[in-house]
Amino acid sequence: MPDPGTGEPLLRTAHQLIVENDDIANTLELPRLTTRLDVIREICHHLAPYQAGERPIIGATVIAKDLTIDSLAIMDMVMELEDRFDVSIPMNVVAEIHTVDQLADTILDLRAKR
Amino acid sequence: MGLFDRHAGLLEAYRDVRTTGADPFQIRMERVLSPTEAVINGRKTLLVGTNNYFGLTFDPSCMEAAIEAIRAEGTGTTGSRIANGSYSEHVFLEEEIAAFYGKKHCMVFTTGYQANLGVISTLVGQGDHLLIDADSHASIYDACKMTQAEVVRFKHNDPSSLESRLRRLGDKPGNKLVILEGIYSMLGDSAPLKEFVEVCKKYGAYVLVDEAHSLGALGETGRGLCESTGVLDDCHFIVGTFSKTLGAIGGYCVSNDPDFDILRVTVRSYMFTASLPPSIVASVRQALRVVKARPELRKQLWDNVATLYDGLAAQGFKLGPEHGPVVGVHLPDRMLAIGFWRAMLDAGIYVNVAVPPATPNGVSLLRCSVCAAHTPEQLQHMVEVMTGIGRQLGVISGAPKLRVVAGSR
Ligand SMILES: Cc1ncc(COP(=O)(O)O)c(C=O)c1O
Repeated sequence: MPDPGTGEPLLRTAHQLIVENDDIANTLELPRLTTRLDVIREICHHLAPYQAGERPIIGATVIAKDLTIDSLAIMDMVMELEDRFDVSIPMNVVAEIHTVDQLADTILDLRAKR
Repeated sequence: MGLFDRHAGLLEAYRDVRTTGADPFQIRMERVLSPTEAVINGRKTLLVGTNNYFGLTFDPSCMEAAIEAIRAEGTGTTGSRIANGSYSEHVFLEEEIAAFYGKKHCMVFTTGYQANLGVISTLVGQGDHLLIDADSHASIYDACKMTQAEVVRFKHNDPSSLESRLRRLGDKPGNKLVILEGIYSMLGDSAPLKEFVEVCKKYGAYVLVDEAHSLGALGETGRGLCESTGVLDDCHFIVGTFSKTLGAIGGYCVSNDPDFDILRVTVRSYMFTASLPPSIVASVRQALRVVKARPELRKQLWDNVATLYDGLAAQGFKLGPEHGPVVGVHLPDRMLAIGFWRAMLDAGIYVNVAVPPATPNGVSLLRCSVCAAHTPEQLQHMVEVMTGIGRQLGVISGAPKLRVVAGSR
């Protein structure tokens, strides 16, 4: 399965260790291996309990509007994501994030800058 | 769009509360009789939700000091500390609080809210890093909105969560300021301050501790969690309030930083509001003397905490994680919390009700605060009343005792 973000083949995600080449995979660092898909998946996992009706959670879902999550729970979710992806997202940055896509991009940007 | 349209959701939820009975957010104390009793809805009610930890609101020496000050200096200062509102007594009070903590400097504010708001938002600015506990008080969150510093939350009472956030800052420039509270106002739990201080030292972060609920209650001489955990010298800033243990109103911040006084001409919540009236300054100075002179009040408070906390725990109520002058009783949801609260008021007991979004993790709570002046009988009675209501509402299980525990209307 190619990484939808980079088009490169997916070696492994942090969740499921799909190791295609033992030697290389073990020497690679986690940062390069976290894909956009991983991040989106993790966000959706946290947002699932707040899904409103049958509407699926997609990249364009507006977190505070399309779901039943309140602002405090959003901040708590961000704290979990911070630890999962080892980045810190300042509160003023969180305030500017509206959609699932934007949240994922923010996390990936912060990871790239580390 | 109308000005109030953005509050539509809240208005709706609030209507549900108001149309079904007494409104916990608009209770009127018709007459306050003592630190532990007031007349509400025409009847004498036991107060177990007033933050009046030492019961000093009616301390005769504090009351006399206030009355005397009014006669001598009038009812108000009608001006800010940087204009006509600094009287000798304000300065004496600051010296006394500084000496109490063994710190060099103290600034007194008109409320504790303003102390947090002004000090925190001014200490850090553009390029700095502010790290706050997730369960911080509203005054700390509001300070975050007023600063240009980058604000990051860490998990409540979790030094390792703080550490990972400090570690991620790496060698980024900018000062780091960590905000903690001595006792948290909703569940009455204390920060593992020693561990937090270790982490802050390791990463060169400044520490500010808000001792709003721990002044008087913790520490051998009542200086709070900083004292009880032995890290008074490692805490760069201590904030507190006069509105709880000291029985009045006002806030303060103490520090050893040689340049601390510059805050007097930079903190806007200090500069642009009137200073405390002479009567308040006088009663607070006296209350501080009482705290120092009567350590038995601290013992009475904790004895009372044990009576209430252990009594409720034995009946199966889900409480905050540890003994504290605030005892938070968990209830399954908002309407049940309000229903329980109303039943208690009907039975002659007032506590606070705390519901989301004012609570951590979306919990609904009956927030009880214990007073040194409560009698064991009052608190045992409260446990009985809550047990009865808890069983009626199915919050706790257990065979009902064969007696009526709820009061009649
Ligand atoms: C933790 C904490 N800090 C500050 C304050 C503000 O205190 P004040 O009543 O003096 O504004 C409170 C009171 O609600 C509090 O609980």
